[in-house]
Amino acid sequence: MFEIFGIPAAALFGQLLLGLINGSFYALLSLGLAVIFGLLNIINFTHGAQYMMGAFVAWMLLTYLGVDYWWALILVPVIVGATGIVVERLMISRLYHLDHLYGLLLTFGLALIIQGLFRNQYGVSGLPYSIPDALQGGTNLGFMFLPNYRAWVVVASVVVCFGTWFLIEKTRLGAYLRAATENPKMVGAFGINVPRLITLTYGFGVGLAALAGVLAAPIYSVNPNMGADLIIVVFAVVVIGGMGSIMGAILTGFGLGIVEGLTRVFYAEASAVVIFVIMALVLLIKPAGLFGRVA
Amino acid sequence: MNIATPILAAAMGLAMAGSAYAIDVKIGVLNDRSGTYADLSGEGSVIAAQMAVEDFGAADRGINVEIISADHQNKPDVASTIARQWYDEEGVDAIFDVPTSSAALAVNEITREKNKIFIDSGAASSDLTGAQCSPNTVHWTYDTWALANGTGAAMVETGADKWFFLTADYAFGHALEADTSAVVEETGGEVLGSVRHPFPGQDFSSYLLQAQSSGAEVIGLANAGGDTVNAIKQAAEFGITQSGQSLAALLMFITDVHALGLDAAQGLVLTESFYWDLNEGTRQWSERFAERNGGDMPTMVHAGVYAGVLHYLKAIEETGTIDAGPVMEAMKAMPTSDPLFGEGEIRADGRKVHDMYLFRVKSPDASEGAWDYYDLVYTIPAENAFRPIEEGGCELVE
Repeated sequence: MFEIFGIPAAALFGQLLLGLINGSFYALLSLGLAVIFGLLNIINFTHGAQYMMGAFVAWMLLTYLGVDYWWALILVPVIVGATGIVVERLMISRLYHLDHLYGLLLTFGLALIIQGLFRNQYGVSGLPYSIPDALQGGTNLGFMFLPNYRAWVVVASVVVCFGTWFLIEKTRLGAYLRAATENPKMVGAFGINVPRLITLTYGFGVGLAALAGVLAAPIYSVNPNMGADLIIVVFAVVVIGGMGSIMGAILTGFGLGIVEGLTRVFYAEASAVVIFVIMALVLLIKPAGLFGRVA
Repeated sequence: MNIATPILAAAMGLAMAGSAYAIDVKIGVLNDRSGTYADLSGEGSVIAAQMAVEDFGAADRGINVEIISADHQNKPDVASTIARQWYDEEGVDAIFDVPTSSAALAVNEITREKNKIFIDSGAASSDLTGAQCSPNTVHWTYDTWALANGTGAAMVETGADKWFFLTADYAFGHALEADTSAVVEETGGEVLGSVRHPFPGQDFSSYLLQAQSSGAEVIGLANAGGDTVNAIKQAAEFGITQSGQSLAALLMFITDVHALGLDAAQGLVLTESFYWDLNEGTRQWSERFAERNGGDMPTMVHAGVYAGVLHYLKAIEETGTIDAGPVMEAMKAMPTSDPLFGEGEIRADGRKVHDMYLFRVKSPDASEGAWDYYDLVYTIPAENAFRPIEEGGCELVE
């Protein structure tokens, strides 16, 4: 077996694959953020808490109502998305005419409150959520043992990400959305209910976060802090990809997952900071992000 | 007017009250109240401290105790700021608990500088009573040397002598890795390598894969709390335990076992200084504790805070003062005695010694319900449980 930089190639392939799996979560989460920022101009700091809510609602459905994982995949984004819609109507919609900073402060505060409430109720040690029976076990790829569930996460994430990109960039609904962001008055004049469009977009973005939460529940412990650390990384991903760029968020999400995975092999101590180093470099060289347009 | 009259009256009043005079003591419980160690320390430690004050009957003995608490977020800088503020502005006499070794080492230094008292329960680093020992610090519950000596030695005894470490990248993880490596090598084993992960982590699959390809027989988890829980879960997911490598959770609390569930945790061997179901004394106390802690049983950290506060108050009653010097002297001179750790003592280096226990986690079938998790494998007697005092390199030891 040949070696690359002193690491056996087999081990390296394994790490690349793991990076891709982690990248799936980054991509799904940063996609939701990019949709919300791109179309609403709101920096949604509640995103991590909404991801956490996704995992918790899946756990609650299973524990209290016996609703299994597959139904949770559909129900949880709808339920958590609905809470997002309520939040948008009651609070966020009042801030559209103000500076970005107000939206950031509001959503950050909301995130702290939501996390605090869950922490109070469920503690921080985490709750168990099993991998569904159909996805138990794994496949030996020769260079590594790939758990079936992780393979499923990658597939689900790729499908959802590109589905969303297609919806927004290639369909008529997406065209309305993009037009409504550019010039809400004009689009409204054509008889399209712009506020409702915006509300639903926020709900959709939140639903994406919740979906990522359901996907994460069986492999990470379901605990109130699970989104708090992740959200910072995901923001860095969005900034690197270019704020508001949907394809940028997807590609950067997967790409940075791989970069982080490789860092864990060569110098694990740096794996927590490598994404921020890249962010600093990108901001220096291309301030609008890799895929962003200069405003 | 004669000046002697009021003094005489005051003296008589005190004599009639039955105690020398009232002493005001302010105790600060400083720990993680929101992060990964909040369930194993957190509010439970405050409850334990309150129970100690009540059980001691402090008020009846003329000692007026006030307890305050704060969240150090597992950050040494936050812990330092709070400790300084407590000593300088709030009039705190003693700080208790302080999990997270890096934070504990910071509070250790500030307590020495301010000449107050620090009784640590939650942190693990054996440096607290070794290279960085202080005349103002007592390390109560456990330390990395005791864990390594318990779990490390037990694993090597079963014939598993090739190790790879998965280590939390801060003071605690480093100390635990070093102490366990020493035990492994001393008993004829071999350390093949280690990987240091950022704290706190979430995804450990990458590190586990590195451990897998190292060819080690044992993967030593030199981390704690949520990190250990996630690493164990993911080791099962990636088929690492099924392929013959075993995991050694070098520091695991009962709250971690509770979070992991017995399906995933069964068979793990771990070292602790306290288990609620050890004997009649621990059971009675733990049931009272659980009533006040939402039904959750205490960890050894909670037990250590209780026993530490109890011993501290005894020393204050004995000396009639809250000055750090005499109180610490009395604490080290008096043997310790409480229902949770039994009889013990505090050594010159600040190390509290008592028995440690090697437990094995029960299978789901063997468990009778929530919190019935451990079988006792053997007891490590106090004289062998902790690092010999002359080996720690503490300057307080002549």
